Amino acid sequence: MIPELGQFALALALTVALFQSIGLTGRFEGYARAAAQGQALLVAFAFGCLVYCFVSNDFSVAYVAMNSNTQLPIQYRVAGAWGGHEGSLLLWTLMLGAWMTAVSLFSRHLPEEMAARVLGVMGLVSAGFLAFMLFTSNPFDRLLPAPEDGRDLNPLLQDPGMVFHPPMLYMGYVGFSVAFAFAVAALLSGRLDAAWARWSRPWTTVAWMFLTIGIALGSGWAYYELGWGGWWFWDPVENASFMPWLIGTALIHSLAVTEKRGAFRSWTVLLAIVAFGLSLLGTFLVRSGVLTSVHAFAVDPRRGIFILGLFALLIGGALALYAWRTARIGLGGEFAAVSRESLLLANNVLLAAAAGTVFLGTMYPLAIDALGAGKISVGPPYFETVFVPLMAPALFLMGVGPLARWKRTSLPELAVLLRWALAVSLAVGLLLPLAMGSWHAMVGFGLSLAIWIVLTALLSFRKSVRQTRSHYGMVVAHIGVAVFVVGVTLVKGYDAEKDVKMRPGDTVELNGYAFRLDEVNDVRGPNYLAARGQMTVTRDGKPVAKLAPEKRLYTVQEMPMTEAAIDPGLTRDLYVSLGDSLGDGTWLIKVQVKPFIDWIWAGCLIMALGGLLAASDRRYRFALQKDPALVRSAA
Amino acid sequence: MKPRHKKLAAIGVGVAALGIVVALVLTAFQKNLVFFFSPTQVAAKEAPLGRTFRIGGIVEPGSVKREGVDVRFIVTDTAKGLPVVYRGALPDLFREGKMVVAQGQLREDGVFQAREVLAKHDENYMPPEAKEAVEKAHQAAKKGKS
Repeated sequence: MIPELGQFALALALTVALFQSIGLTGRFEGYARAAAQGQALLVAFAFGCLVYCFVSNDFSVAYVAMNSNTQLPIQYRVAGAWGGHEGSLLLWTLMLGAWMTAVSLFSRHLPEEMAARVLGVMGLVSAGFLAFMLFTSNPFDRLLPAPEDGRDLNPLLQDPGMVFHPPMLYMGYVGFSVAFAFAVAALLSGRLDAAWARWSRPWTTVAWMFLTIGIALGSGWAYYELGWGGWWFWDPVENASFMPWLIGTALIHSLAVTEKRGAFRSWTVLLAIVAFGLSLLGTFLVRSGVLTSVHAFAVDPRRGIFILGLFALLIGGALALYAWRTARIGLGGEFAAVSRESLLLANNVLLAAAAGTVFLGTMYPLAIDALGAGKISVGPPYFETVFVPLMAPALFLMGVGPLARWKRTSLPELAVLLRWALAVSLAVGLLLPLAMGSWHAMVGFGLSLAIWIVLTALLSFRKSVRQTRSHYGMVVAHIGVAVFVVGVTLVKGYDAEKDVKMRPGDTVELNGYAFRLDEVNDVRGPNYLAARGQMTVTRDGKPVAKLAPEKRLYTVQEMPMTEAAIDPGLTRDLYVSLGDSLGDGTWLIKVQVKPFIDWIWAGCLIMALGGLLAASDRRYRFALQKDPALVRSAA
Repeated sequence: MKPRHKKLAAIGVGVAALGIVVALVLTAFQKNLVFFFSPTQVAAKEAPLGRTFRIGGIVEPGSVKREGVDVRFIVTDTAKGLPVVYRGALPDLFREGKMVVAQGQLREDGVFQAREVLAKHDENYMPPEAKEAVEKAHQAAKKGKS
C-alpha cells in the first residue's frame, strides 16, 4: 500500500511540474509559486514512503530488495534509500523541490515575470526527472513474490560518508539549476543586466558551497574507506563532480564582473548553462552504469534514449536560445588590458581550460569504447601533468586580482603594492622545505604559492575601503585555497609508506614512528566477521596512538573489505591497513605517514565557509529597496 | 594604440594562450593514454616493452604464490597465460578464478610487473576489458575448431 501511495505522489508531482512550467510564458507567477511548493511536498511524501519501505524491510519493493537487508543497521537502511540508481534520482528531485521552494519563498523582490519564468524552467527540469523516474527507473516497482531477505547494501556504502556525501553533492548539482533557470529566464525576457547577475549570485554561491562540501566529503570517504590512503584518484566518478565545480567557480567570478561592470554577460550566461549541463552529465554518468560499461545502455535502451532526449531538450534548448539571443546581449563596460576585469577573464579562461582537460580525459575513453575502437584508459599522470601548469598561474593571479582596480590599473602601482608579499612568499616558501628535511622544487613552489595567496588576501583586506560580508567571504575562500594547496603539496612531497610482513610482536619503523603489532583477534559485527589487529605506535619510546585496522567479510554478499585505522593529526595522519593473512599468524600490513593531509579537507571547508559568508551579504537580501537602479530595471 | 589594434592584440594573445594549452594537453594526453592488451596479444608480442599498459583476464586457479611481500600469479584469457608479479596487498576482491585487470609494464623476461591491480567491488561485476579478452579468446578457439 505504502509504495503505491509513493508512486501516486510521484505521478501527481509530475502533473504539477508540467503545470508549473506554464511560468515559462512569464505570467501566472502566483500559480507557479504554489505549484513549486505543492510539488516539493508531494516528492517529499514519496521520499518518505521509500524510506518507510527501507526501514520496515518491505522486500516486495524491488529496489529495497536490491539495496537492503534485515541485518543492515538502521541508519544505513535510511541512507540505502539513495544507495542505487532509482533512489538517487528520487533524492535528486527531492533536492530540486527544496531549491524550488527556496526560490518561491525568497523571490518576492523579483519582478513577477522573472520569478514566473525561473520557476517555469525549474518546473520543466523537474518534470523531466519525474518522467524519467516513472517511466524507466521507478523506485517503487514491485518484486513478486517477495524474497525472504534483501541483497544488502554494498558494504563500501555502509559508512557515515554514505549518509552525508550524496545529499551534499546533490544539493550542489541541483543548486546550479537555479543559476541555469535564471540564465534561461533572462534570455527569454532578453534582459541580461546587472540586476539579473545580482539575483543569480547568492544562489550560485550557495550551490557552489554545497558542491565543495560534497566533493570534500567524497574525497575524505574514499581516503578512509577504500583502505589505501589516496585522497583523489582522477576516477571518472570524481571527475564528474569536479567538472561542474570548476565551471561553477568560473561562474561565481564572472557573475561578479557582470554585476559590478556589466561586462562578460554572454560568457556568464554560457557558464551558467554549461555548469548545469555538467551537473546533469555527472548525475547520469555516475548513476546510469555507463562508466562500468558503455554497453549498459544496450541492456535497457529506454534509459539511454530518455537521458539523451532530456539532455538535448534542456541543454540543447538553452544553447539554441543563447545562440538566438546572444547578438542582442551587447558587450557591456570597456576595460583596459591590465584591470580587474582582464585578470578575472584570465581566471575564467584557466578554469574553463582545466574543466575542458578533465572532460577530455573522462569522456575520450568512453567515446572510443562506444565506437568499438578498443579499450583505453587515462590515468592520474595525464591529469597531474596538465593541471599543475594550468592551476599555478591561476593561483598566482588569485593574489593580484583582488588588488587590481576595475576598468584600468597601473602595473607599476600593483608591483609596488605586491613586491613585499612576493619577496616574503618566495623566501619563506623556498626555505621552509629545508626545515622539513629534504628540498623538492615542487614543494617550494607550492608553499610559495600558498603563502602568496594568504599574504595578498590579507593585503586586499587591509586595502579595501568598504568591508562587506561578501568581501570577507572572498578573503576567507581564498585562504581556504591556500590551506588546500599546503595540504596537497606536502602530501605529494613527503608522504611515506611501507608494505611489510608482520606477526604479533613485530615492529616496523617509518619516518620516526614505530608501529608494533600486538595481536590479531577475530570479532563479529552486526552483518560481518572481521580480523582486527591491535597496533601500538610510539615515537622516541613515547606512546602516540593505538590503532585497530580490520579486515572484514560481509556475510550476505560474501564481500571482503579493508577497514583502515587512522590516527589523524594537524601535521600528519598515521594510516594502517590490514592486508591478507599469509598463514602461520603472519599478516601483510601497509603502514603510511601522511603529512598535512587533513589540510586538504580543512581547506575545502574554509572555502565553503567563505561561500556562506559571501552569500549571506545583506545587499542580496534587500536588493530591491536599496538600489534605485534595480528598482528601475524591475519596474 | 587604436582600439582596433588593441582588439587585435587581445585576440592574438588569446589565440596564442589557447594554442599553448592545446599543445600541452595533447602531448600529456598522448604520453599517458593507457592501452589494453589481452594475454593472447601479449604472447603474440603485440604489447610494447617499456610503456605502461593494462592487461586483464581470469586469475588462473592455483597460480597465486606469495614470496614475502611480492605476489606472483598468472592471468589467462583461457587461450594464453601471462605471469604477473605485484608488490603489496592485493585488493579485497582479488581471488583465484575471478576476473582482474592490472596496470604496469612488461619486463624483458616476459613477466608483467603490475603497479596497480584492479578488482572491482562487486561479486557480479566483471571488468569489461577482462570479459572482452576472455570472450575473444573463446571465439578464436571456436573458429580454430571449425
